Amino acid sequence: MNGTGYLHLLKLAAPEALVVLAALGALFVDVGVMREQGRRTRRLLGAAIATLGAFAAGLGLLNLHAYGTAMGGMFATDPLTQWTKVVVLALTGLTAILSVETDFTEHVGEYFALLLLATTGLMFMVSATDVLMVFLSLELTSLSLYSLAALNKASPRSAEAALKYFFFGALAAAFALYGFSLLYGIAGTTNLAGIAASVRGRGFDPLLAAAMLMVIVGFGFKVAAVPFHLWAPDAYQGAPTPAAALIASGSKVASFFLLGKVLTLALPENAGRAALGHFGAGWMPVLAVLALASMLLGNLAALAQHSLKRLLAYSAIAHAGTMLLGVLALAGAANRAEAYAALLFYAATYGLTTVGAFGVAAVAERLGEGDGIAGLTEVHPEDFVAPEPASSGAPACSRLEIQHVAPSPAQAQSRLQAGAPVSASGCTGLAGLARRSPWLAACLLVMMLSLAGLPPFAGFPAKFYVFAAALKVDATNLDLLWLAVVGLALSPVALYYYLKVLKQAYMVAPNGTEMRWKLRWPEALAIGLAAAGVLILGIAPGLLLDSLSEAIRAAGL
Amino acid sequence: MLPWTIYLSFLGAAAMLLVPARHAQAARVAALAVTLAGAVCAFGGAAAYHPGQALLTLTRVKWIPALGAEYFLAVDGINLPLVLLTAIAAVAGVLFSWNVTDRPREFFALYLALIGGVYGVFLSFDAFLLFFFYEVAIIPKYFLIAIWGSTRREYGAMKLALYSFIGSALVFIGLLAVYVVAARQTGLATFDLSALAKVAFPANFQHWVFPLIFVGFAVLAGLWPLHTWAPTGHVAAPTAASMLLAGVVMKLGAYGALRVAVAMFPEGVKAWQDPIAVLAVIGIVYGALAAMVQKDFKFVIGYSSVSHMGFVLLGLVTLNELGLSGAVLQMFSHGIIAGLLFGVVGRMVYDRAHTRDLEALEGMRLSRVLPFAAVTFVLASMASMGLPGFSGFVAEISVLIGAWQAFPAAAIVTGIGIVIGVAYLLRAIQKAFFAATKTDALPNGNAPAAIAEPPALEPISWPERLGAALLLATTIVIGLRPQLLLDYILPSVKPLVAVWQQGGGL
Repeated sequence: MNGTGYLHLLKLAAPEALVVLAALGALFVDVGVMREQGRRTRRLLGAAIATLGAFAAGLGLLNLHAYGTAMGGMFATDPLTQWTKVVVLALTGLTAILSVETDFTEHVGEYFALLLLATTGLMFMVSATDVLMVFLSLELTSLSLYSLAALNKASPRSAEAALKYFFFGALAAAFALYGFSLLYGIAGTTNLAGIAASVRGRGFDPLLAAAMLMVIVGFGFKVAAVPFHLWAPDAYQGAPTPAAALIASGSKVASFFLLGKVLTLALPENAGRAALGHFGAGWMPVLAVLALASMLLGNLAALAQHSLKRLLAYSAIAHAGTMLLGVLALAGAANRAEAYAALLFYAATYGLTTVGAFGVAAVAERLGEGDGIAGLTEVHPEDFVAPEPASSGAPACSRLEIQHVAPSPAQAQSRLQAGAPVSASGCTGLAGLARRSPWLAACLLVMMLSLAGLPPFAGFPAKFYVFAAALKVDATNLDLLWLAVVGLALSPVALYYYLKVLKQAYMVAPNGTEMRWKLRWPEALAIGLAAAGVLILGIAPGLLLDSLSEAIRAAGL
Repeated sequence: MLPWTIYLSFLGAAAMLLVPARHAQAARVAALAVTLAGAVCAFGGAAAYHPGQALLTLTRVKWIPALGAEYFLAVDGINLPLVLLTAIAAVAGVLFSWNVTDRPREFFALYLALIGGVYGVFLSFDAFLLFFFYEVAIIPKYFLIAIWGSTRREYGAMKLALYSFIGSALVFIGLLAVYVVAARQTGLATFDLSALAKVAFPANFQHWVFPLIFVGFAVLAGLWPLHTWAPTGHVAAPTAASMLLAGVVMKLGAYGALRVAVAMFPEGVKAWQDPIAVLAVIGIVYGALAAMVQKDFKFVIGYSSVSHMGFVLLGLVTLNELGLSGAVLQMFSHGIIAGLLFGVVGRMVYDRAHTRDLEALEGMRLSRVLPFAAVTFVLASMASMGLPGFSGFVAEISVLIGAWQAFPAAAIVTGIGIVIGVAYLLRAIQKAFFAATKTDALPNGNAPAAIAEPPALEPISWPERLGAALLLATTIVIGLRPQLLLDYILPSVKPLVAVWQQGGGL
């Protein structure tokens, strides 16, 4: 490549370059000048650099209406990729702000550098149009996220989370890479559109089927679809909370966009059919089975969780099922634009909601019972004294329902003796949240109800849009109706476990002495922004949806 | 003016959170002011609609262009009475919850949010918007019951929320299918109810989508055997919430079933007319029989609601003018009467006697201690039994005649249900208010002081009297001059019936 080629690439990838610069800046400033400062000051500065970098890159994206490809078609930008990158950057910014108040590591500079490098990977994923680039960006993201998950070195759970995430991820990457190599073997090119051109009219032979399956396995891991989800609950629970928030939000948005793009660009004619009883070979039946399994297992397993972060992990699996439905909707060429809009709107609002929910978990860990570091704490028996009956005259007996989720004092004592740790993000940590901090409880309410898909929150129009787009794949026979029915039949189950969280917050008395939680401004800002966004996008989805539809139209999909 | 009923309620709910936490009185007065202002808007707005007029569009703007959903509010003769019902029930509910002292501003904020959702459902003429408001109403209900309720409140609240949401899920599937199929047939993505009603959906499509939507909505209207949330939810709810639940929220279900299912799928209605009528009649008789044997005073009223809502559902599927207009009138009438009954039982009796056990109430001689409550309850029971002069009579007789034309056998069984209705109400009146205690039986009339002295209960307060008078006056006025509402309802029902009669030859 000559000089102008690099210049062209730099022009197209300027936002990515800015994010990398911010990553290096955060690292060098922290390592070089800030070592002697307090950790919170260092985190504040790191977060400021990270947020500014993300913001500047986002501004650049908004002003850059570039259509273009670079490096021989490996990297392509159009208004839709720009839109998706802005969403990813916004989620990263929120995560960075949230990180200010979570004290889990000495390596502040490294933390923010990894956060931004993961974001860079996500941005390259969005722009990748070549299987090599797809693989590289996936790996950049994954390696950064593995390290982020492990950064809490004082916590064995963090190490466990990272190790599980890494082993499953490495295996999935191997599958994906093998799939890509088979695709290259079939097509003789690594370009996605080139693959589509060369398999056109070829039919669906075993080799292509194997390649496609391998690729889907790789992505199934990335998006935590059943049966490739096993890492998710441990990673969500054990990883430092802001890192888990990024894994759950920005990473989901970019992964689903990329999955949809790979399938529709490289294998548009091998979609097959996924009507109940009329399965046709292709990627649709595979994704339909993954979606079904994810929705079933995610929702049912979430019922049994006693920790908010674990519950969010299973809820993420269930939501991945719904988003897979959105990917299935891409199969219909006639309404592909609408399906992209539905899928991305869902992923974006889901990411926003889940960052906010992790924010609440982070606050509960910082201020909640116990003195442990994020993720781990020990149970003190005195936390389980019966709370005083409320003076309001409500019967005291129902205020004690904490007992059936929390260990009784005797159990707590025995666990304490056994040295067994209990998670601080367990629902008991949220008990009485409405009395400790009414605004935080209100934000939690917004997040949970949006995840349950209730209006007036963003989850409601998003859910409707995805299901409607899926049904439109074949409006005559309503091929995917059975999956939509399963998804909606499980929604009361989902409402039940989200309400269980809210019940802890609103109806159970706080543990021990009642005291108010004082939020610090960064976490209040991040959670407040997420909650306000979820509410506003629920009432006026057009604010985001119009720009998305516009971008899709401009991208010519 | 009518859209302001929605905005005022939601603004009021938000403003409620600004009231200082300690000023319970301020919260009450503010809530009363908001509901009164809502009522003024409702009645003032109603004046702009003339009976017999076609659909009156109030607001129509694009809302979610990507989906084709519009912010479309309109009234006709069917939803106007229900808006007025909401206005009256909302004011009465605040008057009957004047004694809430536990977190009053949160209570009234949720209360107003629920009212806003209800107004929204009744005024929406876009299916997506209607469904939006319908689901908005679920969460305030849950918290009102779970935080301020009584007997097994968390169970009752969760059951209510889940049943509502199961119903919503059914409606959701149905709406999705309707949206997609209508878009395919007409090439236009729309949720406009009047436009969708004109789409000729294929008959086999109507056959499966109609029961989904109808049953989904009817869960909230207490359709047997999906009614079980209603008694437990009503009993667990605080007084104002049970007044609203029975008074207006159950009507949301019936209204949705009418507007989104019955009015849209003529073929579907015809195919499912009989099974639904059977379920409705079972609901009428079963609810009445169950009310007969309850020990808890509030459960009696809870089951009576299931029974009376059966009339509404029966009326909806008669497919004739009398039955359908009777169903709408019964929605209004039962909303007023059930609100009154729950007000007496929950506020006047339970909050003072601290028991709802009919056996325990027998010894309290409430007719002497609380004569106002006794008189109000007797009058409300008469209205509920369907005696002439009260709104219940006109409504139920219309439904019965309509049912007689459509399904004579059902009408006869329903008649039995009415008789049982008289029986359980008389039993409740007898036990709760007029039970003869042993002291009355003493021949010399000198009762031992310890037993004869009635327990000192706080007298009935002015807000309660006002609320009771408001509801009683409404049921009597409509009972004496049903034309006040029927003039609105009948002309709007006629076009629907015309569609069925037209399609009868197919």
